[in-house]
Amino acid sequence: MADTKNISLEENFQAKVDNEIKIEPKDWMPEKYRKTLIRQISQHAHSEIIGMLPEGNWITRAPSLRRKLGLIAKVQDEAGHGLYLYSACETLGIERDELFQQLNTGKAKYSSIFNYPTPTWADIGCIGWLVDGAAIMNQVPLCRCSYGPYARAMVRVCKEESFHQRQGFEMLLTLSKGTAEQKAMLQEAVDRWWWPAMMMFGPSDKDSPNTLQSMKWKIKRFTNDELRQKFVDVCVGQAKVLGVTLPDPELKYNEETGHYDHGPIDWDEFWNVVKGNGPCNRQRLKTRNKAYDDGAWVREAAIVHAEKKEQREAAKAQVA
Amino acid sequence: MNHQSLITNHPSSTSKESAHLDYVLRLADNAMILGQRLAEWCGHGPILEQDIAITNISLDFIGQARAFYQYAAELEGKGRTEDDFPFLRDVLEFKNVLLVEQPNGHWGHTLMRQFLYDAYNFLFYTALKNSTDKRLAAIAEKSLKEIKYHLRYSSEWVIRLGDGTEESHQKMQEALDDFWMYTGELTTPDELDAYMVELGIGVDLTKIQAPYSQKIEDVLTRATLTKPENSWMQSGGKQGKHSEHLGFILADMQFMQRTYPGMEW
Amino acid sequence: MKKNWPLWEVFVRSKQGLSHKHVGSLHAANADMAIENARDVYTRRREGVSLWVVESVHITANKPEDHEELFDPAEDKVYRHPTFYDLPEELKHI
Repeated sequence: MADTKNISLEENFQAKVDNEIKIEPKDWMPEKYRKTLIRQISQHAHSEIIGMLPEGNWITRAPSLRRKLGLIAKVQDEAGHGLYLYSACETLGIERDELFQQLNTGKAKYSSIFNYPTPTWADIGCIGWLVDGAAIMNQVPLCRCSYGPYARAMVRVCKEESFHQRQGFEMLLTLSKGTAEQKAMLQEAVDRWWWPAMMMFGPSDKDSPNTLQSMKWKIKRFTNDELRQKFVDVCVGQAKVLGVTLPDPELKYNEETGHYDHGPIDWDEFWNVVKGNGPCNRQRLKTRNKAYDDGAWVREAAIVHAEKKEQREAAKAQVA
Repeated sequence: MNHQSLITNHPSSTSKESAHLDYVLRLADNAMILGQRLAEWCGHGPILEQDIAITNISLDFIGQARAFYQYAAELEGKGRTEDDFPFLRDVLEFKNVLLVEQPNGHWGHTLMRQFLYDAYNFLFYTALKNSTDKRLAAIAEKSLKEIKYHLRYSSEWVIRLGDGTEESHQKMQEALDDFWMYTGELTTPDELDAYMVELGIGVDLTKIQAPYSQKIEDVLTRATLTKPENSWMQSGGKQGKHSEHLGFILADMQFMQRTYPGMEW
Repeated sequence: MKKNWPLWEVFVRSKQGLSHKHVGSLHAANADMAIENARDVYTRRREGVSLWVVESVHITANKPEDHEELFDPAEDKVYRHPTFYDLPEELKHI
């Protein structure tokens, strides 16, 4: 009896998804859909928050006032994006603080790209161009994902994100028109960021068993390899504008497919960074934990003060 | 230096112009250094909402600094840009007050420093709106909207944490004790201040002393904090005599411009 | 027991003449702070001229499983819509 009921609920749910009817927080949903969404949205949120760190460390060193304002506003936007996404996640019945715990204890993952360091100013431009560029490929389709709150958060994120990639590209364009030192700085950074950016789309389709289910649920709308291919195709032309060489000798146009073929990705490196062996994994988590721990007394005092104030106002109202 | 010297010396027009420029740079440097300090919080705040809030305030200050530096560049007329002032001057040439260069410390330190500054800044800009220097008056008017919000925000945080938990109360008292000696400089006029008042350009700091004390008094009372007994004040920032901290701020801020001189970014 | 800042729903009036619209949520210690946080989080790009915040726990919503009895009955009441009534073509502006 219970089983038949569940089956019809699930069929009903899938029919809605198939018909592009959004699923909203209180609607019935399969437990696995809910769990997968929590994992996916929170990983995305964590990536925004951790992503503030590699760029944030250039805020105090940005080379002009214009660049400083732009960079601060961008890193701040990432805090906002994390916030919107955590909010979407909270509609699935989990508290933001619990998600922070998962991040801080290393239980939750975030995009591995942010475990790479930003030693030069050109890295900030490369993050804008390649990392945000790859992120946008991923994110734009998510504006149409089946879960309402996630889709709405993504619409907001994408709207704001559009200036980030332009900002990054403009920084690099300035370097490309600059001195020999600046051009060298640009190429060196592209050399370091290209492959990690390619890895951002995740394992190859044959190695991502969950993709099929996620696509059926429409919480993923293209496969990893499809998105990666789109990314490669747009980057080739952009690299020409910047006068840089993408560090892949096998990169070439394939007349048959109409796409650019690329060389093999170092999945060993990818999995190692995922597992925590990237250059900055430990540093990023420690920084996050420090901010969270240092803020504990502030968060607590604000609650205590709010309660005191409420009690005082209630007492005053009683007297009056 | 004695207070009368500049006034009785009847400064020539060049020194009048350079005094005017110095005055604008003081305003610019205050906003710049405080904005730079606040920007250090970005990504490290106690909670996401506040990370975003403090960053907004940082952006306001850097935006104000930019407006002042642009004006300074025009006043000087020697081809320097808005970036040359913050990125290519050394410690002794910066004219910000000592308070704004003090380290962020914990969240309570930052908000206490902010409140002590905002209370002054609000009064200062309110008066600066009436400057005979139309450009300064215009910047003041535009900035004042931002500053009003800053003051509201920092006052609330001082009250919230002062009158929060025992721990937060102690931390706020510590912050107040740490920064108190830097408040005197804000409202104590020096020769340049007096001269600018005489020209109708600057703000008469003696007139904002009482309302400043009053505002501090009000908020500290609501925050259940005790104003330090110590009335000995540090000063010198306005004349370029800084604490050790400014050098490190500049080392960070000027790194690119110093390492790669003369390049566009 | 540690307590977290409660969740608030944020509504923004994007310009005079329009209703407040739900834009998202955030955490704040109390209502005053929620308004300020909403200003910083949701109106950084001049998205609004007025803000409402409501603590999320105070929102009452219908049960989704009541959907049919609540909303389906409205479906066949075509006589509530102007197109239900036949009028001659030459009669414009009515």
